[in-house]
Amino acid sequence: MPSIRSLRLITGAVAIGAALLAGPVVAQTTLENASAKYRQDLAEGNPADLWVARGQEMWTQPRGPKKVSFESCDLGQGPGVVKGAYATLPRYFPDAGRVMDLETRLVWCMVNQQGYTHAEATKLTFGNGSRHRSDLEALTAYVAKESDGVKMNVSLADPHVKEMYDIGKKAFFYHAGTHDFACATCHASDDLRIRLQYLPNLTKPAGAQKAYTTWPAYRVAQGETRSFQWRLHDCFRQQRFPDLIYGSDLSIALTTYLAASANGAVYVGPGIKL
Amino acid sequence: MTTRSPVTTLVRGAVAGLAIAAALYGCASAPTAQDDAALTARTIAMMKASFRPKGQAGMDRLDQDETQRLCSQYAEGKLPESVVKKIEQENLAAVKYPADGTLVGDWKAGEKVAELGRGMQFSDDPKKPNGANCYACHQLSPKQEAYGTIGPSLYQFGKKRGYTDQTRTYAWAKVYDAEAFSACTNMPRFGQHHILTEQQIRDVVALLVDPASPVNQ
Ligand code: HEC
Ligand code: HEC
Repeated sequence: MPSIRSLRLITGAVAIGAALLAGPVVAQTTLENASAKYRQDLAEGNPADLWVARGQEMWTQPRGPKKVSFESCDLGQGPGVVKGAYATLPRYFPDAGRVMDLETRLVWCMVNQQGYTHAEATKLTFGNGSRHRSDLEALTAYVAKESDGVKMNVSLADPHVKEMYDIGKKAFFYHAGTHDFACATCHASDDLRIRLQYLPNLTKPAGAQKAYTTWPAYRVAQGETRSFQWRLHDCFRQQRFPDLIYGSDLSIALTTYLAASANGAVYVGPGIKL
Repeated sequence: MTTRSPVTTLVRGAVAGLAIAAALYGCASAPTAQDDAALTARTIAMMKASFRPKGQAGMDRLDQDETQRLCSQYAEGKLPESVVKKIEQENLAAVKYPADGTLVGDWKAGEKVAELGRGMQFSDDPKKPNGANCYACHQLSPKQEAYGTIGPSLYQFGKKRGYTDQTRTYAWAKVYDAEAFSACTNMPRFGQHHILTEQQIRDVVALLVDPASPVNQ
């Protein structure tokens, strides 16, 4: 199974790589054709499925010093329930006294139920090649997949969640750093491009929905399935801000703002992106 | 069932009406300036606790100067005319021109600066020169088709504006501090924030205003 997929993957990547390398003389249409062919090639097999499968396996295994599986981890739908959970996150967890996104909640379960230290649980948040795959990215991909086809429904009824939404929105428009950038610099207008990459307008429901419902995503250029925490971390890097701490309140606030802005749209991830 | 006097009912009704009006007002109108300032303060406090310094990107990257503060404050609404004036005047006053008066360098070197995306990210080596990545946002030379659309096309910038002192001075000042001419623009302030060196700005200006530059063909 993986071999057929990787073969398809390579074919697609080569086509696109060639289009990109050809550089200036390549018309936009060629690039679009290449991407279209690529998407078609991958229609029956997103490599993210490999992460999903690994995450699923991990879910039921006894883990950590306490030998406890994720089946006792409550993502808001009851212990171990994953179906539809991702589409309702972030939410407020009274046992933790915090609003949490999926990734922060997974770390919480690893620390509070499985007995890992926080440092152990967050040792490899983002994978780095086939020898250094991230468990968290696999678990995230698995749980997200269990919301495939489910409508996004992040409730702002809880005041803690509403506060995170408000702060996330404020932060989205916060200009600072050497380049004066805010998220809004790149993501608050329609039909903008940075080089040849289209930039979604995340301040409008349509843009937020299309973006949020396709993360986590397999990144072709990186050969990794990336989580939403990774997406935020990397955009802050491009924004010339310092290093966003994994699971920090700001990361959850921005996730709350964008996830709630996607409410009503059907979740269709994990996605696949160049 | 107790009977209520019409007056009590009326008073209760009015109170309820006021409560509803207050709730509606709270939802429909923009938050008050105090609410907004308090939310901003909580946002900044959360930000400071959510990052750590890495590479060349220290925590001071989160601190705002007056321009950044105002542009964030008014980001979701309309920028008042008085704020536009204040930002543009302050930034225009901050533009530094080269001591030797030479504004125009080598367009070939400028083309490299305009192409290069590296610079100022925590993952970038601070010992290597920064790029400006003008192409990320602008069309310049027609040969480069991988350009972004955040800013306007600068194709034939010099040719259209005329090869005059005025054009050269404007190009220098615009690249040095874009906020001097267009408050809360999305264009970085390359000189003001020491992203580019004086010589790099000269070279980029040449790319814009040199009649031999591919931009002006
Ligand atoms: C300098 C420009 C820039 C800034 C600033 C920026 N981003 Fe991005 N963002 C991008 C680019 C480019 C992409 C597409 C990248 C890719 O395909 O790798 C992207 C992609 C995204 C996506 C995924 C969109 C999709 O459809 O897959 C999200 C969500 C996002 N950014 C959120 C943010 C947030 C939140 C911030 C502020 C913390 C931010 N970005 C700041 C350039 C930026
Ligand atoms: C992040 C996006 C971005 C980058 C990078 C950027 N610009 Fe801009 N630029 C803009 C935007 C947006 C405008 C339009 C608003 C304004 O005038 O500031 C603009 C306007 C300009 C103008 C004024 C055009 C006119 O007709 O008056 C010039 C000149 C210019 N840019 C040159 C450059 C050069 C040279 C570089 C590289 C050194 C550069 N820009 C990099 C976004 C950008």
